Formats: sequence, structure tokens, C-alpha cells
Amino acid sequence: MNSVKRKVILRFPPQSGDKPLSYVLVKDYDIKINILKAEVMPGKRGSLLLEMEGKQENLDKGIAYLEAHNVECQPLEKRLKFDHVRCISCGNCTSVCFAGALTMNPQTWLLEFNKDECIACELCVKACPLKLFEIDFRDENG
Amino acid sequence: MARVKTYQEINEKIRKGEAVVLTAEEVSEMAKTASPEEIVEKVDVVTTATFGAMCSSGAFINFGHSNPPIRMEKIRLNGVPAYGGLAAVDTYLGATSVNADNPDYGGAHVIQDLLEGKDVILEAWGKGTDCYPRKHIRTVINKNTVNEMILFNPRNAYQNYNVAVNTTSKIKYTYMGTLLPNMRNANYSTAGELSPLLNDPEFKTIGIGTRIFLGGTTGYVAWPGTQFHTTRPKDENGIPVTNAATLAVIGNLKEMSSEFIQAAYYEKYGVSMFVGIGIPIPVLNTEIARRVSINNSQIQTSVLDYGSPGMPKLGQVTYEQLRSGEIEVKGQKIRTAPVSSLAKARKIADLLKEMIQRGEFLIQEPIQMFPTNTSLKSLIEIELPESEGGEL
Repeated sequence: MNSVKRKVILRFPPQSGDKPLSYVLVKDYDIKINILKAEVMPGKRGSLLLEMEGKQENLDKGIAYLEAHNVECQPLEKRLKFDHVRCISCGNCTSVCFAGALTMNPQTWLLEFNKDECIACELCVKACPLKLFEIDFRDENG
Repeated sequence: MARVKTYQEINEKIRKGEAVVLTAEEVSEMAKTASPEEIVEKVDVVTTATFGAMCSSGAFINFGHSNPPIRMEKIRLNGVPAYGGLAAVDTYLGATSVNADNPDYGGAHVIQDLLEGKDVILEAWGKGTDCYPRKHIRTVINKNTVNEMILFNPRNAYQNYNVAVNTTSKIKYTYMGTLLPNMRNANYSTAGELSPLLNDPEFKTIGIGTRIFLGGTTGYVAWPGTQFHTTRPKDENGIPVTNAATLAVIGNLKEMSSEFIQAAYYEKYGVSMFVGIGIPIPVLNTEIARRVSINNSQIQTSVLDYGSPGMPKLGQVTYEQLRSGEIEVKGQKIRTAPVSSLAKARKIADLLKEMIQRGEFLIQEPIQMFPTNTSLKSLIEIELPESEGGEL
């Protein structure tokens, strides 16, 4: 069975720091993890953008395990918003996108957005002069 | 003898629907196998275009008189200051003027709202005079309620523009986009071989009165643009290798479209406006045919360090290199990105081409040609008695 990749935003409750959750993901569910972004504030909720790679079945089990430990899991795509219709393909966002998610098509010079490559660095949010990107990585509850 | 065509001859062909029109990119492609002599025989008009952020833009608006009337001396449109020193109900709204409470909304956004038919809040104050007794008004306007809305941009369509990099260790937010530290990106503007003033670098056909495509409708070149500089260093093809000449353009804002006029906000810089401009170049003779044949490998521009005082020049590259996605400056390979829309510029060049082919757009011979041998003055500071001064 082929392994699949998934980018997930994990939001941890304040008291979750005592459990080695990522260790369990690797050891028990054989998931390769890559931390793309982390925001941890001691005593408060923290969030992590994780790329998880493994068998589909194991990914599902790993996420179920996290949820059982009060970690909210949301696919990154759900937090990305981009207004394609208003885009003028000026290219400003491509100049800051080192993940290669935002590129100019070398023939048409239209913007292409490959969400799978996005690591939610948020540089495009500020670089877009029309303010067409929303990448909400923050915790909704503050 | 080399073929020479007149404006009248070309316009006659346009009227009959027989004119051969190519975009500047198409003619550059054609020039790989055709000589200027052949091009002047085969092609009548070449369309050029650009769609970039042009800060020196704005609109004259006449609101009409209220009853009782007011001499508007301080004017706000959706909170954005507009000029209050222009008769009673005329104003000039600059694209870069901003709402103090909401600095990412500015004159360009008001212009876009107006041309999209949206309502805008007009608030104005006057001291009250015998003939204009009113002191305050607060009402709603839109493009149907005002008398005139005239886009008049003092400096647009730069002939070439610099590439921006940043050698410092801190991120820089500029009108050339976000510049990452240690030259990790290089941003360039202009449409290269499609750009208007790069196809007529000595202004043989573009001058005062030239009819153009402006923001979705017909406009005109009103004057040489501000900071009009014709004596910048030029390369072997006679093209300036940095920002040089400019155009002042005018057109009826009521007829324009937000497809070709777009408000913009640059982080930690401010508001600007993307303006779409298309200019037809009549192929009158072999010299003009040679000029419009130029391609991206023959157009060079300067790489400047926007992070350091005085913006020192670090290198010179071609548009072909810039479009390849990577340039080399001081031995370092740098990723490139455009900050003006080539896709939109192509759309404008195609639209203008179709308008000319359909006989709807005739070529206007300039009423007066541009000046030559112009250069720029810097602002000299002369010591004066102390003033209050203060900060913005």
C-alpha cells in the first residue's frame, strides 16, 4: 500500500505538554512527521503544522489517537483561502513563496497555486497588494 | 527606396478593416525570420501594453453643487483626503492618499469603488462665504451622481524600470514588493518587449495627443510624464538601462473598468494603483519596424539594492534572464519574480489589436512631439529661519 502525505494543523489544549504525542505517532503508527510550523505559548494553547506521511490507515488511526487526547486536528486546506477571481497575476506573492506553492506559469504568466506545497509561512498574506490570501493558522479561541 | 507609410494610409486601411495588426510580442517573434524592410511591408500597427502599479495616478471629480451651496475646502471620500484647493466642488483625488483610521484604504480604492458603481461617502467642510454659505455637508455620491470623473495620471508607463534586491539582513517592504534579506529574491516590473516606451524609445510615434487604451477605454497621452528623463545611460540598442521617460495620461474614468484599474496596498509602504495602458505604434518606416522588433534578450535593466541608502547598482541583466526565473548578481544566483502583470498586459495588447482590426480605434498622430535632452533635478535644501516642522 502506498504512503500518503497530509498536512494537518494540530491545536493542543494547555495541559497537553506532558504527553509525548509525536513520539507515539512515529513509534506506534509508523508515521513520518515533519514539523513545518509551531506556535507554543507556555500555559496556553499551542498549535503545530505537521506534515504526516504514512499508510492511510495509520494516518487515520494517528489522528484518532490525537483527538482522543483532546488535540484538535484540521486539514491545512480548510484554513487556506485565496480569491482566484480577483487575482491579477502580478507575481508579488511568488517572490516570497519559497515553498514553491505559488508560481507563475512560464507560458501564460498566470498565477498557479498548488496548495499541497504550502507550508503556511504567511508571507504571501502580506505580499499580495490586493489582499487575496487568508491563511489562518491561529487558534480560533485566542 | 525603403518603404514609408503615412498615418493617413494606415488609418485608411484600419477604416476598411484591412490593417495588419500584431502585438509587440508577435512582431518580435516575426523579426526572428523577417527583416525590418519586410516588417514595414507586412505590418501596419504594433500594439504594446503594460499593467503595473503606478503611484502617480489620480482623478479629477466634480461633485455638482448642493443647495444651499458649499465651497468645499476640506474634502473626505470614504475618509480619504482629497484636494480642497480647487474651486468649490472640484477636487483631485490622488491614488496614494489614505484614510488615517484605515491606512490600507486609499484614493485608489475610492477610484475603484467609484468606477465599480459603488456609493462613496462625501464629507466636506467650508468656512462659509456670502455666495457659498454652507459650512458642512455629508452625503453619498457615485459615478452617476457626479458630473465628471477624469483619470489624470501625471507619471505612468515608465520606460524601463529597475530590478529590486535587498542586501541587508532585514526584510524590506517596498513598492517593488517584499524584498527578502541577503538577496534571496529579485523583483522586476515592466512588460519587457511588450512595454510601450521600450518599443518606441526615441518617441517617434508616441507624443502629446497619442490615442491610447487606458483602464478599459480610450484615453490620450496628455503630456510627457513627470520626471521625464531622456538622457539616462543607454545600451547598444539605444534603450535606457534604467527608469527613464514616462507618460502623463488622461481618460474618462466613468468608462473605465476595474479589470484594468486595480487598487493596491503594499505592506508598510502604502496605497498604489495598478493601471492598464495599451499604446499602438504605427509601423511608418524601417526604423520603427526595427524598434518594435526588439526582444527580451536585447532589453537590459539595472539591479539596484533597495536595502541600502542611495540604492547602489549591483548589476545589469536582460528581461530574458529575468523571465527565466533566476539571475546572477555579484556571483550569487537569485530567484526572480515579476511585480507587474504580464498576463493583463497581454490581454490589453490583444484587446487593442482587436479594436484596431475592427476599425474602432484609429491611430492619432502626435500633436506635438516630446522634448529631448531632459534630465532630473534633485530637491535642494536651502537653510531657512526655524519653522514648527514636526512629523507626519
